[in-house]
Amino acid sequence: MNKNVKKRIIFFLISVITFLIIGQYIFKSLRKNTVYFFTPSELFILSEIPRGIIRIGGMVKKNSLNKKNNTYQFIITDFKQEVKVEYVGVLPNLFVEGQGAVIEGKLIDRLSLKAENILAKHDEKYMPKEVADALKNKGSWQKKYGK
Amino acid sequence: MFDFLKSKNFIGFHDQYIFWIKVLFLSLLIFGLILSLFVSPADYLQGDTVRIMYVHVPASWLSLMIFAAMGVSGLLTLVFKFRFFTLVSKSLAPIGFTFCLISLFTGSIWGQPTWGTFWAWDARLTSMLVLAFIYIFYILSWKIIKKFLLAEKISALISLIGLANIPVIKFSVNWWNTLHQPASIKLTGAPTIHSSMLTPLVIMFLVFVMFALINFLIRLKFETLNMKLNKHE
Repeated sequence: MNKNVKKRIIFFLISVITFLIIGQYIFKSLRKNTVYFFTPSELFILSEIPRGIIRIGGMVKKNSLNKKNNTYQFIITDFKQEVKVEYVGVLPNLFVEGQGAVIEGKLIDRLSLKAENILAKHDEKYMPKEVADALKNKGSWQKKYGK
Repeated sequence: MFDFLKSKNFIGFHDQYIFWIKVLFLSLLIFGLILSLFVSPADYLQGDTVRIMYVHVPASWLSLMIFAAMGVSGLLTLVFKFRFFTLVSKSLAPIGFTFCLISLFTGSIWGQPTWGTFWAWDARLTSMLVLAFIYIFYILSWKIIKKFLLAEKISALISLIGLANIPVIKFSVNWWNTLHQPASIKLTGAPTIHSSMLTPLVIMFLVFVMFALINFLIRLKFETLNMKLNKHE
């Protein structure tokens, strides 16, 4: 291995270490400041209620969805905290109780939100309908599978 | 020791293999398409939309893997001055970029019926868009800079810097709250895709690998001859 290659390796290693140290700080602040959505628990411990439009995400609580006139009411939960949501409009096809959803809207207070837009969140489970039905019939349908 | 990296040894090398790779590609493609379009079942929630996954996931995986290979090539170019890896990286870039675009577009088409939106600025989608831009920067650096030796260095540097984005894309779904779902196939633990859907996915991935390989070998040969013609060596 000649001298120049050694020099370049050392230069490279030093820059990687510097980069990792700087990158760690960037990463930390990014994690804090770039939130696509809050979970209900995260919302609960925020020191200040955010004004303007925010997004919250979590599971649609089972048996919580009901419709009055044109207004849908349901509860978003992360199994620790809950947020009540009111929404006027059309729900996405995959919006079902027990599945994830991301709600865009304005907070009325810490525990209730007026939704303006709803996105259904799909989880990482993929299975055919027959398997899903069979699992439900057998009673081995776990809560984490959703519906 | 590194004789096999000398260009004269790999110019003629792959002509005999490329035909068989093409045959393998075509037969796997027919098999994979039949499996994924007709044999595999519809998802219990998404219905037939799930079939987009058989294109989206392999394209995303490959665009990440190809960029990782380009990053490592960039390192080998800058530190050890292997010209071979410059050519590898240069021939891989347009292939990876195409897969990245395929991934973004199919994801968007899937997102509309599933999430209710074509695009969301969540961590996974944004970091994937950043990858597309890094691919563009890399390709542009070769187009804009006319001096081969300078372009070689700048492009290697771009691929090295872009390498930092790869783990961010991979782990974005775990580090941030994202609209995009976490990985279904993990290195540790059982996959959360039913086997009737996993098989076509794996075969489609192999199809994409073959396709990338054919294109890569043709491009590598072209880049090697191009370099020799312009006497950069």
